[in-house]
Amino acid sequence: MKNILQILAAAALILMMTGCATTPVAYDYSAYKASKPRSILVLPPVSHAPDIDASPSMLSVATLPLAEAGYYVLPVAPVYETFRQNGVMVAEDAQSIEVRKLREIFGADAALYITVEKYGSVYQVLSSAVIVSADAKLVDLRTGEMLWQGHAQASSAENQNNGGGLLGMLVSAAVNQIVNQVTDRGHQIAGVASVRLLSAGHPSGLLYGPYNPKYEAEK
Amino acid sequence: MMKNDASALRWLMALALLLLVGCAHQPVSLYQWGSYQDQVYLYFKGESREAQIQALEKDLQVMQAANRPVPPGLRAHLGMLYAETGNDAKAQENLLAEKASYPESTTYIDLLLKKYQKQVALP
Repeated sequence: MKNILQILAAAALILMMTGCATTPVAYDYSAYKASKPRSILVLPPVSHAPDIDASPSMLSVATLPLAEAGYYVLPVAPVYETFRQNGVMVAEDAQSIEVRKLREIFGADAALYITVEKYGSVYQVLSSAVIVSADAKLVDLRTGEMLWQGHAQASSAENQNNGGGLLGMLVSAAVNQIVNQVTDRGHQIAGVASVRLLSAGHPSGLLYGPYNPKYEAEK
Repeated sequence: MMKNDASALRWLMALALLLLVGCAHQPVSLYQWGSYQDQVYLYFKGESREAQIQALEKDLQVMQAANRPVPPGLRAHLGMLYAETGNDAKAQENLLAEKASYPESTTYIDLLLKKYQKQVALP
């Protein structure tokens, strides 16, 4: 009996040490930390997916994780209209505007360039799943320097339980608030992918911004 | 023997408790979001501007009643909707509110204010 308890206790101890330990990923944040961006301009996402909803869907769920991370996010719909009214009709064109010009018009410290790789149903032999995957990079609009890049994917086939923690809570919050009004599976999964891609406080993720109490508290 | 079992059990329970609370970071949401993110998507999907204004005004009331900060962009989005429906006073009021809450928006909001004022000046 005693032995079993000791083994269990040891197992719990090991679990405690490894279970919460975030895997250290060597990501070089030196340019990011030196830049200290306060505001982020989200450019219309370039999409390689056939679904025409992919780009607007991803754009419309980008604000929540970035703002919760602590940044001011330029209002995405008015920004989109500003591009459109100035003859910039496609995301590729918006993303190729030079940084000095973007800084001059929008006054943001950094811009986020999103590329949607997958968006929508993927049919498999036994089942089908809705998958959204996207890449993003954060670029300093004052220097043109790349500060961060990341990749994330979400699928309707995976277990939605994210194992708790802040990221898990944010994911379920994003899903819940989207499910409220929009019953669009692709868009729902885009919400999850966006939180995974653009939340702060996880390995290789964005750093916290000035509106978050954890700003500059990270090691 | 019995005593050892009991102390090992206590130790185990303490560990289990640590395990449970240790991982559960209390999530703190900086903002209430209401339907704002949905409204942005619906805007791109061509939802009626009036319906959006109604939904966002309701969200604003809830946020203000709860004394919570309004998320970045919401007031600017609302200002744009008012401008699109010809209510320039409300457009200006919301754009100015965005700028007051978030000084980072100043350059862009000033551009929008200028643009919407130009629209007013046209016959």
